[in-house]
Amino acid sequence: MQEPDFIIASDNTILVKFGEKISNRIRKRVLSFCQHLIKYPLPFVVGLSPGYSSILIRIKNDCIINNCKTEIKLALKSKLKNLDYKPDLIEIPVCYDYNLSPDIDRVKKITKLDKEKIISLHSSNDYIVYFIGFSPHFPYLGGMTEALITPRLDSPRTKVPSGSVGIADDQTGIYPLSTPGGWNIIGRTPLNLLEENNSEKSIIKMGDIVRFVPIKFDEYENIKRNQ
Amino acid sequence: MSIYVINSGVQTTIQDLGRRNKAHLGISAAGAADAYSMKIANIIVGNNIGQPILEMTLFGGEYKFQKDAIIAFAGSIFKVSIDGESIEFYKSYKIKNGCTIKIGPTIEGARCYLAVRGGLKVPSSMNSHSTHILSGIGGHKGRALKKGDEINIFDLEDDFAPKKNFRSPPKIKRDTIRITEGIQHNFFSKLMKNNFLKNEFKVSTQFDRMGIHLQGPKIIPIEKNDIITEGIPLGGVQIPGNGNPIISFVDHQTTGGYPKIANVITADLCKVGQLKPDDQLQFEMVTIKEAEYLRLFQEKYLSDLQKLQ
Repeated sequence: MQEPDFIIASDNTILVKFGEKISNRIRKRVLSFCQHLIKYPLPFVVGLSPGYSSILIRIKNDCIINNCKTEIKLALKSKLKNLDYKPDLIEIPVCYDYNLSPDIDRVKKITKLDKEKIISLHSSNDYIVYFIGFSPHFPYLGGMTEALITPRLDSPRTKVPSGSVGIADDQTGIYPLSTPGGWNIIGRTPLNLLEENNSEKSIIKMGDIVRFVPIKFDEYENIKRNQ
Repeated sequence: MSIYVINSGVQTTIQDLGRRNKAHLGISAAGAADAYSMKIANIIVGNNIGQPILEMTLFGGEYKFQKDAIIAFAGSIFKVSIDGESIEFYKSYKIKNGCTIKIGPTIEGARCYLAVRGGLKVPSSMNSHSTHILSGIGGHKGRALKKGDEINIFDLEDDFAPKKNFRSPPKIKRDTIRITEGIQHNFFSKLMKNNFLKNEFKVSTQFDRMGIHLQGPKIIPIEKNDIITEGIPLGGVQIPGNGNPIISFVDHQTTGGYPKIANVITADLCKVGQLKPDDQLQFEMVTIKEAEYLRLFQEKYLSDLQKLQ
């Protein structure tokens, strides 16, 4: 297995890079080291930002970065091989109706597929949560079929409604909160991803498997009401 | 038993040192935009450096104290008065129950800090009091203050003596911001890097706590402009497709796909927190070693200030 690179990214961050591409094998290494650092925190670490193939580690401001780099290398070496990590399968109901999918026409145009085909392709796949990033609890889902690849919007929206399900290039994701965003919105889930009164917890975490289940608009409203 | 908000100014939020260890949930640290000034404000009133304070942007507003308090202002100089009497920055003042503080427009940089002895009494969220507006957490109800809000403060239980030997910190010039090489600095030609370092940039009207957008010569990478999404360091200078640099700031997105040509050094982040539209600045490259020395020096300066009698 390729040795990761330890890059000093700024005077208080170190980027641990496991590779240059998006792959399931690299994803597992990112996940397991990330889980390890959460379970056995290093005293000088104040933040971890996992990406597709790397983890950015932020250190305390009174620490010497080269010493931290050595410690991080050691932690990676001593890491237990098999973490008892089991992904959950999360089913996300999605309504793909026109009023909740402002960019479906754009996706139709670019993919040359009709709406039914887009829905069936999008909802017939299991997606892996590569990492959580960008905005609070936003899951980056990998594994979307190439047929649905659609580039980001030319100019991002200032507000995307919470629950919106979007596509950007070969990724798909869900906006847990109303935030700005440039992904193509093709549907919306009525589920609140975040636990009520606890914005630290989301029903989706890094490493989970997500499956989209198409629902009709009345069902959407029903779930939304009864939550 | 609180501070009553008569006018909340442009954007006033409660901040502390920021939220640690939540970046893997997509939640950036937030915290004071100019943490250096925020810490000094706390030190002046005898608080721990990390007590929650009020951060005010461009125009502070009006606040009625419904309790006796000891306060101090630090950061950029704004026009401030207590019941009509002008006051100075970097000095502690006793406030009587019923006094009104007016904080007018800035006459310097973007932000000032109001510290209250004992700190502001707000619930913590994920181990921090910092307001993260995007996720609606921390501070007062997860948002900027509004007219009619009341912020509780602690009782004054002890005698307070101002530090006799305290002197206002030296003025910080904000027109030069020091950087280290960014993770993707190799995406840019020597000529482009030269353009980046030898020219002035102007702060655009997009200058919030998430990022500061700059205008100047367009910075274009040699080839591709996208990287596979990775973590963004605080102060990372990202180059989006339009070639206008963005300095990622305290409320920044935790990950992103734009190449980063440079990174503002930790010791100069306090300057970034004071940038406002139309400010001119130039970048100056230093080594990681120098940046680290400056970071540790700033930490030491603040800890010495705190120990001062």
